Amino acid sequence: MRNFISSLTSEYYKSRKTLNFGATILLPVILCSIVCLGFFAMADKFEKMDGKAIWGFFSGAILGVLGNLLLPLLVIFLANSVNSLEHKADTWKTLFSLPISKWTIYAAKYFYVLMLLFISMLLFALFTIGYGDLLGTIRPNLKFHDYQMTGLLLASHFKLFLSCSGILSIQFLLSLIWSDFLKPMGIGFLLFIIGMVLNSVNWHYAFLMPYAQPAISIKTMVANPNVRSDVPVNIFTSEILMSMIVSTVVFLAGYYVVKRTRIK
Amino acid sequence: MVIETKDLTFKFDTTTVVNSLSLQVPEGSIYGFLGPNGAGKTTTIKLLLSLLEVQQGSIEIFGLNLKQHRTTILSKIGSLIEQPAIYAHLTGRENLINRAIQLRLPQARVAIMLDLVKLTPAADKKAGNYSLGMKQRLGIALAMISDPELLILDEPTNGLDPNGIIEMRELLINLVTNHGKTVFLSSHLLAEVERMATHVGIINYGELRFQGEIKDLRDISKPKIIIETDHTADAANLLKKNGHEILEVENDYLSINYQSKKGTAQVNLLLNQHEHEVYSIYKDQKDLEQLFLEITQNPRKQ
Repeated sequence: MRNFISSLTSEYYKSRKTLNFGATILLPVILCSIVCLGFFAMADKFEKMDGKAIWGFFSGAILGVLGNLLLPLLVIFLANSVNSLEHKADTWKTLFSLPISKWTIYAAKYFYVLMLLFISMLLFALFTIGYGDLLGTIRPNLKFHDYQMTGLLLASHFKLFLSCSGILSIQFLLSLIWSDFLKPMGIGFLLFIIGMVLNSVNWHYAFLMPYAQPAISIKTMVANPNVRSDVPVNIFTSEILMSMIVSTVVFLAGYYVVKRTRIK
Repeated sequence: MVIETKDLTFKFDTTTVVNSLSLQVPEGSIYGFLGPNGAGKTTTIKLLLSLLEVQQGSIEIFGLNLKQHRTTILSKIGSLIEQPAIYAHLTGRENLINRAIQLRLPQARVAIMLDLVKLTPAADKKAGNYSLGMKQRLGIALAMISDPELLILDEPTNGLDPNGIIEMRELLINLVTNHGKTVFLSSHLLAEVERMATHVGIINYGELRFQGEIKDLRDISKPKIIIETDHTADAANLLKKNGHEILEVENDYLSINYQSKKGTAQVNLLLNQHEHEVYSIYKDQKDLEQLFLEITQNPRKQ
């Protein structure tokens, strides 16, 4: 466990000055700021909305862009950048000659990416809540203060986080295998487009496709007729369960690949 | 023995890269692992560091089997394989801090290492902007930060200028003589190894061609006298009768061990007295470089 924590700390130390770490923080700041500015500039249009509706509209704008486009791309980028750091510096041989088990090194890297994604999603939720409250304060005609949406937003973003875990494991494995970052990124983009198409044609089995799961999770989040109004987010829907299964299986398969890898 | 391999064999697909290698590296030695490029040195080092899985044979380090005690063994080894693996976007100091974090070492070791490899003035520059020699020194510092008992260095003087090479040599000699470390270093340059190694192993085509103390290698290159004469077989018999050891007899020359200048003159006199025509007589001594070339340029054994 101590080795795992030190490896995790090392992952943070190595990547803290890189773009992937910056993207984790910058992306929520930028996207939420843009949507906030849009609401601020067009406040007149939203004046008539009640608290629940304006929160739904405001957070939906962010969640929609996130789930349908940005999040899968962010995951592809994050998973790739942690491993490409080692490929670029040719440090796999050094890492694997340290007195640390391969499992610990592999797991620490994976959980670091998972952590970055979690932090990013948490920041999205917190910035959404913060900007909503800010808008309600500086533009009192926008009725953000009439409704409390913190729990729902945190749950929504947690669901989105889970919906990406399958993509994360696949991309993490691909970026371990190939040192050339174009291959995992290219394959990731291609699968993402396929996922988008499957989702847009409402294919019945699209929930099985990891790259379609974030977008499906947005649909199931807001359009579940069976949920009660006080518990509006049904987190563990079929695509989320599938994403978690894919994530676990591919994560374990990835370790097998690492174990068998010859360091040339 | 700190390192002991038995019949170590490794194949990349169908190509045998390391063939029945039995290394013996004594404690407190500087073991020079010599061989031309592509001889199997780096593959052997990767096997010793458990970066490649042993296919045939065995490796024991510190008396423990590498496969069964990987982590314990690696905790006592510092290594530098090929070009130093350095994160270019971090400074030299940060690279060392990162290693200290990974190995849970006190950060005070960082300053000590920077001092040791004389990188303190450049410690806060990005490692990507370092010269090759500076990168190599940083690589050495990374290998030594955990104060390992055994250092395994692959071509450690690559990219170093003459001063850097001398400093590296002094550093390694100091580590062995004053701190009881063992150093296993590979090189394709005999002259470099000869100056610091106590033991040598020469590898070619994956096979160990020579192993022993450096003085054993020197003994192989003892001087001899080459004599061109008319009847080499008769001349050889005469010299043998007079107590000389005959090394080789060919149609147009023969060779015997060299004793001294005076001894050479006496051999010449002896042959003349027995009416052998001596066309030339001279001392021949291969230096270690020639010997090394001879060992390593022999074609692969079938």
